[in-house]
Amino acid sequence: MANEKLLEGLKAYNAAVEKTLAKSPERTNLEVNRLYTPLDIEKFDYETSLGFPGSYPFTRGVQPTMYRGRFWTMRMYAGFATAAESNKRYRLLLERGGSGLSCAFDLPTQIGYDSDDPIAEGEVGKVGVAIDSLEDMEVLFDQIPLGKVSTSMTINAPAAILLAMYIAVAEKQGVPADQLNGTIQNDILKEYSSRGTYIFPPGPSMRLITNIFEYCSKNVPRWNSISISGYHIREAGATAAQEIAFTIADGIAYVEAALKAGMDIDDFAGSLSFFWNAHNNVLEEVAKFRASRRVWSKLMKERFGAKKPKSQMLRVHTQTAGSMLTAQQPDNNIVRVALQTAAAVMGGTQSLHTNSKDEALALPSEASVTIALRTQQIVAEESGLADVVDPLGGSYYVEALTDKIEAECWDYIKKIDELGGAPVAIEKGYIQREIQESAYKWQMQVEKGERVIVGVNKYIDKKEVPPKDLLRVDASVGEGQKKRLAALRAKRDNAAVNAALDALEAGAKDEKVNLMPLILTAVKTYATEGEICKRLRKVFGEYKAISTL
Amino acid sequence: MAEKRIRVLVAKPGLDGHDRGAKVVARALRDAGFEVIYTGIRLTPEQIVETALQEDVNVVALSLLSGAHNTLFPEVTKLLKEKGLNDVLVIGGGVIPDADIPSLKAAGIADIYTPGTPTGKIVEFIKANVK
Repeated sequence: MANEKLLEGLKAYNAAVEKTLAKSPERTNLEVNRLYTPLDIEKFDYETSLGFPGSYPFTRGVQPTMYRGRFWTMRMYAGFATAAESNKRYRLLLERGGSGLSCAFDLPTQIGYDSDDPIAEGEVGKVGVAIDSLEDMEVLFDQIPLGKVSTSMTINAPAAILLAMYIAVAEKQGVPADQLNGTIQNDILKEYSSRGTYIFPPGPSMRLITNIFEYCSKNVPRWNSISISGYHIREAGATAAQEIAFTIADGIAYVEAALKAGMDIDDFAGSLSFFWNAHNNVLEEVAKFRASRRVWSKLMKERFGAKKPKSQMLRVHTQTAGSMLTAQQPDNNIVRVALQTAAAVMGGTQSLHTNSKDEALALPSEASVTIALRTQQIVAEESGLADVVDPLGGSYYVEALTDKIEAECWDYIKKIDELGGAPVAIEKGYIQREIQESAYKWQMQVEKGERVIVGVNKYIDKKEVPPKDLLRVDASVGEGQKKRLAALRAKRDNAAVNAALDALEAGAKDEKVNLMPLILTAVKTYATEGEICKRLRKVFGEYKAISTL
Repeated sequence: MAEKRIRVLVAKPGLDGHDRGAKVVARALRDAGFEVIYTGIRLTPEQIVETALQEDVNVVALSLLSGAHNTLFPEVTKLLKEKGLNDVLVIGGGVIPDADIPSLKAAGIADIYTPGTPTGKIVEFIKANVK
């Protein structure tokens, strides 16, 4: 390339920089180059690096027109206390222009315990809605047309049970399963590495996941049967490159498990979706989204031989970074979320949840969740960021950063492959240790002031008054759920419940059986989530985490 | 003989799996010269107190982000007392609204750390208050 003129110019520029530095030095905590030029992207080739939106390698986005037709789905994650209260919040969000639902379940639900289990004490309805049986699920989606909305459910170890309940509620509304749109998180590997709501050991967990893939491909074809999640890996402290690398490594493991179970790659790859974090460093985040699409499409095409374009595209839901919100001066979080939203949109997300300003303190109030939703609407309608596809494509800096993150990602994937794949790397604690290391490094940078968090280690407001309008979950939720369960157990056909649970237990013992239909039968008898998980725990056992500290 | 090092149990009661804070604090306490035992996630108050007894710790540091602190933190201090571990210093951290702090302190949690707390503050408090 004829870069001589450029090199000459750069030389002159560097001389000028030296003079400037002598007078006024730069900040010392900068991690990127001063300036990016064509020299930083010498290997850049438009066709192979970017291509066109909607086609391989999808760097510029998964659809040809991106947001010029339809905006991303504005999907606000919500759920707390009882099904009735959460239903009210969902209807409020839809009424205010939200375009999809996203259900947060409480921890007992996520770990397969009923609300009356002693281990659930204090946790019922706290971080999400308590769902014990189909009865609660019917209330949760009351007056919400499941044939029209798309629903995402943050549920992993017991994903099959909650999906079965959703299918059963839809059936009662007269909506057949093949009309349903939505996503279950169903990503157990990141639960082992980062998030903690595991139940069963890896073997049976991977079986449940492939059972769901298989069932959905035949019966719920529009459903995203997994949301392979980097969000929580990032929240646990990972860097941008680690976030996508560890997640894509998990993705490889799911693909391999499904192939091993005898499925054809193009029958299920199109229903795999991803989940990224939108962090504070706007341009790094944009580069991360772009790099992740390029890596996944190459893997799917070259390593797994996927032929359908939909099998090669990394479709992604995004949530703004909860860990970047501060308890101090919480109004500042509105600004952080706006910037994170801009990053996700310029990165080309398919759907987005924006966090509320009060989430470092409590669950969001109605007022704050409305601001968070409005933030997306402002970015969509007013900022111009949604008017052009991949607006940062061709930026020397963003392209160089995209290449750098991609390279780091491949290095990690290679390393994890050598260890024997993501499940083994997690079992050995490798991934957990890498994340912990980054988390500790971050914390030390903050404590030394090398990384500024406004309101926390700089621009501190000593007279700050804590906000008063925080949402509080009523302490009586647990008691109420216990009563509902007792009433349910008294009125349902317990012989039918036990027969369904016996059949499920027998099925669980035979690896060749797909458990989805058996679980669907069980939930329809109003067997509770805890009862179903108890039978599965009996057969599968429970996962015991290793210590990595 | 060197003075016996302060032993700290960092524990996560309840069902919450968010352990970034607990692990960062555990490591910072270790770097500050304490002996640190980390329990991992999803422990019952009974299991935590049992470990505190067996490991003969001076401090129990509880971390919880699920909102169940009002139930689970006082349960730990109650069980510690029942086992006669009256000298153990109990501290807690997590997403805890200011309004909850007075009742937690009344229940025997000596100090509460909310998001944004530098780890050095926890180190200082332990050094000043451990019996």
